[in-house]
Amino acid sequence: MSPINAASNWLKERLEWDDLVAPLRKKAVPLHRLSYWYFLGGITLFLFGVQVLTGILLLLYYRPGANEAFESIQHIMTQVQYGWLIRSIHSWSANLMIFTAFAHMFSVLFLKAYRKPRELTWLTGVVLLFLLLGFGFSGYLLPWNTLAFFATKVGTEITGQIPFIGGPALIFLRGGEEVTGATLTRFFGFHVAVLPGITTLLILAHLLLVQRLGMSVPPKVEAEWTANPFARREMKFFPNFALRELMAWYVALGALGALAAISPWNLGVKADPFSPAPAGIKPEWYFLFMFQTLKLIPAKVWLVDGEVLGVLVFGMAGVLWLLLPFFESTKASVTKSWITGLATFALVYITGMSVYGYLAK
Amino acid sequence: MATLQNSSRSFGAATRSATLASFLLSVFLGISYGQTRNSCLDCHSALPEPLGVSQDKFAQDIHAQKGLTCASCHGGDPGSDDPDKAMSRTAGWKGKIERKQIPQLCGSCHSDPAYIRQFNPGLRTDQLDQYHTSVHGKRLAAGDTKVAVCIDCHSVHDLRAPSDPRSSVNPVNIATTCSRCHSDAVYMKQYAIPTDQFAKYSQSVHHDAIAVRGDLSAPTCTTCHGNHGAAPPGVDKVQNVCSTCHVFQDQMYEQSSHRKAFQAAGLPGCVVCHSNHGISHPTDAKLSTGSGATCIQCHQPGDACDQARAELLGGLNRLDTAIKRADDVIAVAESSGMEVSEARMGQSQARDALTKARVTVHSFRQDLMNQDIQAGMKIATQDLELGQRAMAERNRRRMGLGMSLLAIGMVLVSLRAYIKKIES
Amino acid sequence: MNPNETVGVSAKARKVVMATIDEVAAKTAGNQSPPVSRRGFVSLLLGGSFVASAVAFLYPVLRYLNPPKMADMGSDSVLAGKVGELKLNSGKIFRFGSRPGLLVRTAEGDYRAMSATCTHLSCTVQYRDDLREVWCACHNGKYNLEGRNISGPPPRPLEAFDVQVRGDEIFVRRRREA
Repeated sequence: MSPINAASNWLKERLEWDDLVAPLRKKAVPLHRLSYWYFLGGITLFLFGVQVLTGILLLLYYRPGANEAFESIQHIMTQVQYGWLIRSIHSWSANLMIFTAFAHMFSVLFLKAYRKPRELTWLTGVVLLFLLLGFGFSGYLLPWNTLAFFATKVGTEITGQIPFIGGPALIFLRGGEEVTGATLTRFFGFHVAVLPGITTLLILAHLLLVQRLGMSVPPKVEAEWTANPFARREMKFFPNFALRELMAWYVALGALGALAAISPWNLGVKADPFSPAPAGIKPEWYFLFMFQTLKLIPAKVWLVDGEVLGVLVFGMAGVLWLLLPFFESTKASVTKSWITGLATFALVYITGMSVYGYLAK
Repeated sequence: MATLQNSSRSFGAATRSATLASFLLSVFLGISYGQTRNSCLDCHSALPEPLGVSQDKFAQDIHAQKGLTCASCHGGDPGSDDPDKAMSRTAGWKGKIERKQIPQLCGSCHSDPAYIRQFNPGLRTDQLDQYHTSVHGKRLAAGDTKVAVCIDCHSVHDLRAPSDPRSSVNPVNIATTCSRCHSDAVYMKQYAIPTDQFAKYSQSVHHDAIAVRGDLSAPTCTTCHGNHGAAPPGVDKVQNVCSTCHVFQDQMYEQSSHRKAFQAAGLPGCVVCHSNHGISHPTDAKLSTGSGATCIQCHQPGDACDQARAELLGGLNRLDTAIKRADDVIAVAESSGMEVSEARMGQSQARDALTKARVTVHSFRQDLMNQDIQAGMKIATQDLELGQRAMAERNRRRMGLGMSLLAIGMVLVSLRAYIKKIES
Repeated sequence: MNPNETVGVSAKARKVVMATIDEVAAKTAGNQSPPVSRRGFVSLLLGGSFVASAVAFLYPVLRYLNPPKMADMGSDSVLAGKVGELKLNSGKIFRFGSRPGLLVRTAEGDYRAMSATCTHLSCTVQYRDDLREVWCACHNGKYNLEGRNISGPPPRPLEAFDVQVRGDEIFVRRRREA
């Protein structure tokens, strides 16, 4: 027996390996015309892994603090070997990850994978999406350039509009009344410690649930297969689906490399709190739809301040989004079409508003 | 306000009402403190032009704001409501002031340092003396009332401080104020001086600076001609005027051959090449032979000076081209994400050298020019090299990308084959 | 994904099929294919390309972990000069980011630093030891040693920087702090 085999057997005995991975061996992925959507979750996970890895690498050179943050990233971009690559991959991957997270969420919505018994999977997933947006918001400030500074100012200002808790929330986020170096330190803490901790736990929970409950099949396909059991097709997760997933991950890796090399992420100009905000300041694209909506709401709607109303509406929409599975019928064969309608509306709204916000002055 | 109860009038109540009445009286007096009674406006605010002065208009006037009244200049009794008493000669009423008298009238306060010190200790009090030395003042003394007197520039009845941007003598407005007469060909017919100064000035780089960019340090009419002592500087003094700001050009020109030549010929120095009112932004074209060429106005094509001109222009063109070349390369490198801040700073220094060369040109000496050109060329060449190195690094990155994409492609291909294999 | 490439209807069925194939293969043992079959080649290719991609991925990471030789200017202070470089009552231009800065050693011996971009029309200023002032050659603008504009066209002062002398090195940094 080769040394590798011997070592591997030694380990397997002590971990009770075969019992551990037995369920994984059995795991199968349903195959139908919509199966390609199953890749999205894994791609998002892969991109998160890229973020963790590049994030740790960046941590080796980044210095938080208003005096040094910008300069340290300049140092990374210009002096550290391949620093430009690591940093640009981190920034591009962040955007790609949020995009695939949204796509994953919508695909789950339209394929109705949130139905019983997968409500918890959906809950953890939506919370994960919010956490990713938090990652995006906190990470964006870390270079301490003009765009980031003012985007954070505007973003936290909007948070301050929430009734009752808005004031304390704003102070908590900013580490004070204004956006200062204290805000930067705080956001750094959120970005590298608090959010990763919570996100890791939730990802584990999410994956565990997916493992336990298996992959959901869209209702129409399920109906077809119930009528004709021989039409049911499956693919083993290990190694067949996993290898295909690996291909998707390599494509994503290639895309990231290309983006980083051909279109490196801008550094901009160091933030100067005393200069006025640049005209037409906008948040990153994943916040654009909310930002543009708030811009369009009139200053006062009946007796309520327009911005407060907007914030409240989005807050309620968030809560509604979390609780969607509970509105769904528990009978496997019945689905509420209004939820599909709502999902379609949300997709169109988010896409439309994002484009509008991007093009608007 | 509490109503007094008549039925229970007591001594205490009477005292109360008396106190209240005197309090109200002193309030009213307090409000009108500093505003002496000005009965003139009661009628004159309702009269039409030219006798009319509205309350609004007069409220803008700085003299009114300081507490002066119509009588301060026109005499009479402003406290009386009776026109005969108010406008009585015995009370000192002067009526409409004759134009010839106006400078003297204004000077009666404004040349009195002790008086002016009460209002604005920093205000000058030599305006009248200056005015007497000006063309306007001299002509007025000779009997010409068409020339400008105080009120023509400063306005009257709504006179604002010069620092007020609405004032007719605020730097941004001065040229327009002067042009009211000096651009009026009919009005100026008898004076045999041009009336195109304002038109020309409006096209100039100085006007652009002050009116468009808001740079209050830029020259307007009074900067070169003086304000109260306004007069043309004189052909031989032009250089002095320009050199108050353009020091370096003056130093170069001072040691040039042109200075002696122009002086001997009675030519107005800087104005010969740059004009006086319509000074446009000078370009290298001034040294060329095409449109905008200046040298050719005096020099013959092909002579020694013309050849020198060609050399000077050649030097400037060489440096300009070198800077642009480096700029182009740096811009491409920067848009590809390369760090080029050192090169950019070098470029601003190279541009400074070019600006310096364009100043040195006023010496018309090739040796001095060459110093600046060489200094600039050295920097521009360095920056070009930095830009090219940045481009090389960029290309290296793309090569690296290509190789890793190749590796990734191989993985994808072999994964596909492997999957096919295990599933067949 | 082509359904024909799937593993089949169920795991159990597959087991049966594979067992049958093995039986048949064993019977036709005489007709075995050569050692490096297509199967082997694909595995080789896969392994090789994995290694290649891993190298392409690890190489930049390993290079990244190696700190650069250049002195870390991680903070926003810049090395403007060395002690002894400047004579008394003289100045020099240094690079502050991509803009010029002016370092002055006064006649008394202390150091001042400020932006060297004139606030009038952005020419580069210089120190005049005869005037003991900062001067702009373009339009005769003047600034004092604190950077305040005192004469001529400049509308605003020059941004003043902090100077720190550490050992024999002179560091200049921006004053503003968020």
